Amino acid sequence: MDVFLFFLFAAIAVICAVNVVVQTHPISSALSLVGVMGALAVLYLLLGGEFIAMAQVIVYAGAIMVLFIFVIMLLNAGEESKQSKSLVAQFLGIPGFFALLVVLAFGILRLFPNAPRVRFGEFTSAGAEELGRSLFTQYLLPFEVVTVLILIAIVGAIVLARKEMD
Amino acid sequence: MQGVPLSWYLILSAILFALGVAGFLFRRSIITVFMSIELMLNAVNLSFVAFSYQFKQVDGHLFTFFVMVVAAAEAAVGLAIILTVFRNRATLNIDEINSLKY
Amino acid sequence: MQHLWLIPTLPLIGFAVNGIFGKRFPKSTVSAVAVGSVVLSLLWAVKVLAALGSLDTPHVEQYFTWFQSGDLRFGFDLQVDRLTAVMLMVVTGIGTLIHIYAVGYMAHEGGYARFFAYMNLFMFFMLILVMAANYLLMFVGWEGVGLCSYLLIGFYFLKQSATNAGNKAFIVNRIGDFGFMLALFLIVIHFRSLEFSVVLPAVSGKPEETLNLIALLLLVGATGKSAQIPLFVWLPDAMEGPTPVSALIHAATMVTAGVYMVARSAPLYQAAPLAMEVVALVGLATAVFAATIGLLQNDIKRVFAYSTVSQLGYMFLAAGVGAFSAGIYHVMTHAFFKALLFLGAGSVIHALEGEQDIRHMGGLRKKIPVTYATLMCAGFAIAGFPFTSGYFSKDEILLAAHHHHPWMYWVGVVTAGMTAFYVFRCLFLTFFGDYRGHHHPHESPWVMTGPLAVLALLSLGGGFIKIPQYLQPVLPREETAHDLSLVVIASSAGLIGIALAYYLYVLKPALPDQLAQSFRGLYRLVYNKYFVDELYDAVFVRPTVTGSRTVLWRQVDVGVIDGIVNGVGAVARIAGGVLKLIQSGNIRSYATWVVFGSLFLIVAMGLLVVNTAAGGAR
Repeated sequence: MDVFLFFLFAAIAVICAVNVVVQTHPISSALSLVGVMGALAVLYLLLGGEFIAMAQVIVYAGAIMVLFIFVIMLLNAGEESKQSKSLVAQFLGIPGFFALLVVLAFGILRLFPNAPRVRFGEFTSAGAEELGRSLFTQYLLPFEVVTVLILIAIVGAIVLARKEMD
Repeated sequence: MQGVPLSWYLILSAILFALGVAGFLFRRSIITVFMSIELMLNAVNLSFVAFSYQFKQVDGHLFTFFVMVVAAAEAAVGLAIILTVFRNRATLNIDEINSLKY
Repeated sequence: MQHLWLIPTLPLIGFAVNGIFGKRFPKSTVSAVAVGSVVLSLLWAVKVLAALGSLDTPHVEQYFTWFQSGDLRFGFDLQVDRLTAVMLMVVTGIGTLIHIYAVGYMAHEGGYARFFAYMNLFMFFMLILVMAANYLLMFVGWEGVGLCSYLLIGFYFLKQSATNAGNKAFIVNRIGDFGFMLALFLIVIHFRSLEFSVVLPAVSGKPEETLNLIALLLLVGATGKSAQIPLFVWLPDAMEGPTPVSALIHAATMVTAGVYMVARSAPLYQAAPLAMEVVALVGLATAVFAATIGLLQNDIKRVFAYSTVSQLGYMFLAAGVGAFSAGIYHVMTHAFFKALLFLGAGSVIHALEGEQDIRHMGGLRKKIPVTYATLMCAGFAIAGFPFTSGYFSKDEILLAAHHHHPWMYWVGVVTAGMTAFYVFRCLFLTFFGDYRGHHHPHESPWVMTGPLAVLALLSLGGGFIKIPQYLQPVLPREETAHDLSLVVIASSAGLIGIALAYYLYVLKPALPDQLAQSFRGLYRLVYNKYFVDELYDAVFVRPTVTGSRTVLWRQVDVGVIDGIVNGVGAVARIAGGVLKLIQSGNIRSYATWVVFGSLFLIVAMGLLVVNTAAGGAR
């Protein structure tokens, strides 16, 4: 069952990710990205991350992607204009992509020859309670820093996005 | 019943990451480029969670959490920049936004 | 602990207050701060000296280590011994009188607060100089007084001649300071210390050539600061400064720093006979040379300036013949009567609204009687009139000179006669005969005449403070036979000088011009100060300026320095031209570079891991 679920959602994730890259219309890309995120949420669940899976759906797929789509609609972004690709991109693009993939995969397999097998329900201590406990004790300072960061981001976004006021 | 090896998750993460890189490099629409970055971040998140599983620790999840927050901040600022750029240059093609060299 | 540090610090506070807030203070506050700080310093000095009593051994106070390098330690240490005590009293005492005087003299001048700030700063550095317990701190004071001298000579900085004179003083002093610094380096090398208490007792074991070299280099420093041949040229020009400055810095205190330094280094000099001989010769030559120039000057302050140079020569003569205490004795008496001469001259100039040429004075005896009376006291003192202060100190010097080499005595006597002559020539031209100017002379206010009166009393009676006896423990002197005939000859030379001046300038006023006509060549030579300035200009200044302009500027600076700078710029530009090709401005090309970079890192790390894994497996 674990294997089946993994392959199912891994396949969904990869197909959606390819779609993100090849679609010329931003809206299609964005919707594909939502698909990737949903598939990833299931995979997180398989790995025992129930809280992160929820956050992935709510924050990423829910909030951030909505923001993307919002901007796409706002700018009325249409299809990408076709242009002649540069030589490097034409001849090295696809081979380069696979080369990168092979290098990464080779490295991973070399590094983890005896990786443990993933079984659902074997690791359960990443629920909301454990996460919160760790977040507000051991990781309190990074947490506070990140809150400041996001505050700054809000202010920055407002400053950047408002119309020039004279 | 045997599960899949953990390294497969990592390979999936690598595939998604490489797709993100490819999208970042080969797409011209600035929004799609931006989404490629999100894709890369997600790929990294997956490996964090996978490692967390391997070490039976909660830290990887926390890092994922932080990455999400940073991604949210980045999306807010980045999209605001895209808005500003579009307002000033009336284009979303990053090849035409090349005045940074001066 | 007597808190010696308060003595120099009080004027420093005055400087800080007046320097920072002086512009906003009314004049009365400025003068209160300036004079008050110096008076407090004087009172504290008196209190300290009273508390220290007989001062048989030096009283040293160590405050902090200024800097340390290996076993070399240079401390911020002050000391008081009998020599310092004399200088301390002279500096703070005369300083107080001149500060009071300056309140009146500077009342109508611009830059009132600036003037008093500089004066207080000068007092600070001068006190550091005389109270320092090591050569380095002394050098700090030495440089500081030089700075203040420069600032105050150029006080009227809108006047070209004043700024030129300031520059001249500063540059000429630099030459002397260079010698001083070389001497300090040599002392550090050979003695591993700069403390007086370490260096001076250790001279006996050192080779004589080393000591001679150190002593001669110290003398170079002293000739700069104390205006001796060959570096005396700055002092007459320094009279561009306000008169209180001339009195305080260029007559009473700073210029005697060289004598003080030589006296402070007395054990060193005593072990260096060649240097001693040179000191005596330089002093004697300066005394004669400056006196002859003084004979024919017409600017009242310049006459006294050359007189100062000449009297400083006497002090060096004293030091050179081994009578250090007589030199310090003369430092003190000279401080009294020369400060009085300058302040009196200032009073005359003040009365005549800036007139300094004695040919345009005359007959002022009735109009400014207090100034007249006090200046005459100073004149008698400098001429060595019996039982005035100058008489005692000059006799000490001349007797010591006779003991050393009789011919030095005779040259000294002739110089004494000339001194008496030119001082009284100046005084007679100023106060006797008919008034030849067109101002309306008026007597100075009491803040100016008060200090004059005090100084007149000191000039007449100051000789009874027997400095040589007091300094006996610090500066031992050889007992010389008190030969009455030598004393009589010396004082009669002064009287002859006075009489001759009276004859030529009061009784037969036409005679000097006839004499000048008949000795035309000699007259012009002396009148133009032996063309020393022109000589220096031709030998040192012009070649330096021309060389700087043609070689250093056009060749070295333009060719080498600019070439290097431009070359660096050109290299950067070419390299940038190549590198900017990478900076296309295209975001995707940047991204490609990033990807290549990270790929490289991944591969490198992967190889590393594989290698270590393989190594571990083996």
